[in-house]
Amino acid sequence: MRAFDAGWGGAVWKTIGEPITNVSSRYSSIDWDGRRMMGFNNIELISDRSIEINLQEMAEAKKRYPRHVVIASLMVESKRDTWHDIVQRAEDAGADGLELNFGCPHGMSERGMGSAVGQVPEYCQQITGWVKEKARTPVIVKLTPNISDIRMPARAAKRGGADALSAINTINSITGIDLDTLQPNPNVDGKSSHGGYCGPAVKPIALNMVQQVMADPQSALPLSGIGGIANWRDAAEFILLGCTTVQVCTAAMHYGYRIVEDMQDGLLGWMAEKGFATIDDFRGRSLPTVVSWNQLNLNYQIVARIHEDLCIGCQLCYTACWDGAHQCIHLDRTSPAPDTTLTPAMVEAEAARRISMTPIPKLDAGSIHSNAVTPLERIPRVDEHHCVGCNLCSLVCPVEGCITMERVDNGLAPQTWAERSAAEPVRS
Amino acid sequence: MSFVEQARVHPETSARFGDFHPPLERQAALAEANRCLFCFDAPCAGACPTHIDVPRFIKKIASGNLAGSARTILDANILGASCARACPVDVLCEGACVLHRYNKKPIQIGLLQRFAMDSLHASGAPLPFTPAADTGLSVALIGAGPASLACGAELRRRGIRAILYDAHPLPGGLNTYGVAEYKLPLIESLREIEMLSQLGVEFHFDTWIDAQRLADLEGEHDAVFLGIGLGAIRQLGIPDEHLPGVTNALDLIAGYKSGKLTQVPPRVVVIGAGNTAIDAAIASVRLGATEVHIVYRRGPEQMSAFSFEYEHARLEGVKFLWHAQPTRFLGGNAVEAVELTGSITLPADLVVLAIGQETQPSLSQKVQLDRGRIIIDRASGQTSNPKFFAGGDCINGGREVVDAVADGKRAGIGIAAWLEAKLARI
Repeated sequence: MRAFDAGWGGAVWKTIGEPITNVSSRYSSIDWDGRRMMGFNNIELISDRSIEINLQEMAEAKKRYPRHVVIASLMVESKRDTWHDIVQRAEDAGADGLELNFGCPHGMSERGMGSAVGQVPEYCQQITGWVKEKARTPVIVKLTPNISDIRMPARAAKRGGADALSAINTINSITGIDLDTLQPNPNVDGKSSHGGYCGPAVKPIALNMVQQVMADPQSALPLSGIGGIANWRDAAEFILLGCTTVQVCTAAMHYGYRIVEDMQDGLLGWMAEKGFATIDDFRGRSLPTVVSWNQLNLNYQIVARIHEDLCIGCQLCYTACWDGAHQCIHLDRTSPAPDTTLTPAMVEAEAARRISMTPIPKLDAGSIHSNAVTPLERIPRVDEHHCVGCNLCSLVCPVEGCITMERVDNGLAPQTWAERSAAEPVRS
Repeated sequence: MSFVEQARVHPETSARFGDFHPPLERQAALAEANRCLFCFDAPCAGACPTHIDVPRFIKKIASGNLAGSARTILDANILGASCARACPVDVLCEGACVLHRYNKKPIQIGLLQRFAMDSLHASGAPLPFTPAADTGLSVALIGAGPASLACGAELRRRGIRAILYDAHPLPGGLNTYGVAEYKLPLIESLREIEMLSQLGVEFHFDTWIDAQRLADLEGEHDAVFLGIGLGAIRQLGIPDEHLPGVTNALDLIAGYKSGKLTQVPPRVVVIGAGNTAIDAAIASVRLGATEVHIVYRRGPEQMSAFSFEYEHARLEGVKFLWHAQPTRFLGGNAVEAVELTGSITLPADLVVLAIGQETQPSLSQKVQLDRGRIIIDRASGQTSNPKFFAGGDCINGGREVVDAVADGKRAGIGIAAWLEAKLARI
């Protein structure tokens, strides 16, 4: 109800089933560069409270917030009668829709539920069918990412009659091991277990799976996007790949429902700027631009360009290109002629020989200069004839807009691998 | 008895001279370390006279390898803990940080270095280096300041005996006796030297080396290193300069740091506007003076103190009198005032001279000088007399601890290379 007050339109009430006993502890996370919880992991099972209490409270929430959508997330034994029963009870309590949790990768799967269902398309189809026999409200099947091809369970759910899908559930994970105690996290009395991974770290995986489902006509259904969504930008990206709605959990666990306000404010601001009046104006807009690799233009060429006025002289692009890419960035701007033979080891050896002193105004009159301008010798140069346009330098550059990737006109007509291999069967 | 146990720091002095820059907490250090871009051929490392591989030690803090971080620092600078506190980082590593050209706030390299070094000291681990097998060679080092200590450490790591002679009862020279206590406490300097002496550096304290003794040492050793610093504070050469109550900045600073001086009278006048003058003026404030003036014969543009030192002095309430030159001291049994150009009389209970130090010609007869500085080959520290090497204030005219360490380090490596080449010829 705090989420509704904060501005969210609906909630998924997860997960209702025969109450279980949870362990403590239950969560663990990974930090990145001093920031907390870039990736989050849980070994929590479904609700440890009874079905009756969950449904009573759901009914109460619906009474107080009749205009908000409440979806009941369900997970019960794989028996037709049991599913019929829980569907009936959830809908009687006022649920506006049902989400079938076929994705939970830990604990419940050992008991034949959660991802144990989601990983077997036949089970997925069958249980979806059972639920559809009974349900009066829309049925959403929640997919597990712990599978080779997420389209298989998605197609099965569609065959089973699902009205919609949601993806992704959490990813199997062990977040880390305490190097003092050698104990993996989370620690439950000296033991740990694999859990479900989520949070900002999983977003790229989720986006890929959303695209896979939405680009597959046999899978595509209205899709609720899940996986690392923490702000309006993330939400917009999922919608651009075709999601109808998005779900947020970890970010609210991290910061509370205060995050809702900017999700709304930021998204509306961006939509106004782009001229989108409704969500439908941009839903799926990016989907057609994701194609198979063999549909990419092999003759498209870009090269890196370093904007000297923005360069701060960190030389991260230089070391990245030398040690991690194609050795086409050089430190030769003050050399009499371009010098592509100067290796990082030679640069470092030269630096070690330099003698420097503390500048003392009285002793060093005139030789003390400001640090406001990057000295020319520290600004790397791109050898555009050898640059392959890989993007690495622009990705490592800490200054926005300092390295841009610019198109080079090579005079070649667009050609994809599919076209090339069709024209001159298989060479390179 | 350890150096630290021999030191007698007055507790009130410690209280009055608390850390000017408080240390970083572990999490703050981690966040700051992660902010570092990890530049290639980093300008901060280039600006450091000892070329500490700054991004490397910072990334080791970020990865939680604190022992490795401290070792990275010490490998380049055996007085890494002292330099972390005493260095004017604004004009060295932090001044060179590329972030000045980006989001403007440089990485707090000095505080991160201190964090790594404090962690090493707190861990109780030994110095992460050992002396090499004995070569049978020995070097006499005159002075036990930063230059000689750094030189001695390099020699020991190459199996050469390093025997240091110093007129003071404790090692460290100006590192121990001359750096403002709120930057580098005397105890911390001694603690670091205690660690360094695990390399087997030998000390002879309370030993004044004159020309004759130097000649003896030259005969007894394979090489001699001169880390003799500068001489006494210059005199103004004006009437009544020897009145009681007229002292100099080095004596004042050494006095309070070693616990001999615990308070100063209300009105203090410091003559000169270099970094040492600032240290003396701020110390006077901390030691109870109510009115402290710095008197300088030229204007603020010519002042040799760093601008951040000047700002610090102003914050402490020090007043500056520009374009004012003392013409004579006034007083009967003790100084009562300073007469300045333009017949201004400035009342004073204590006058502190801080107008630079003389060079020390007595020990310099064996080597060539240039305007009072010993001439050396910068890369090796070798003087005009091949058996003599030199470093620190006596060759650079009076710079920072880190410059002395860099000089000493190069000289230590230079001596070892010279001796090795000499042996190879035999």
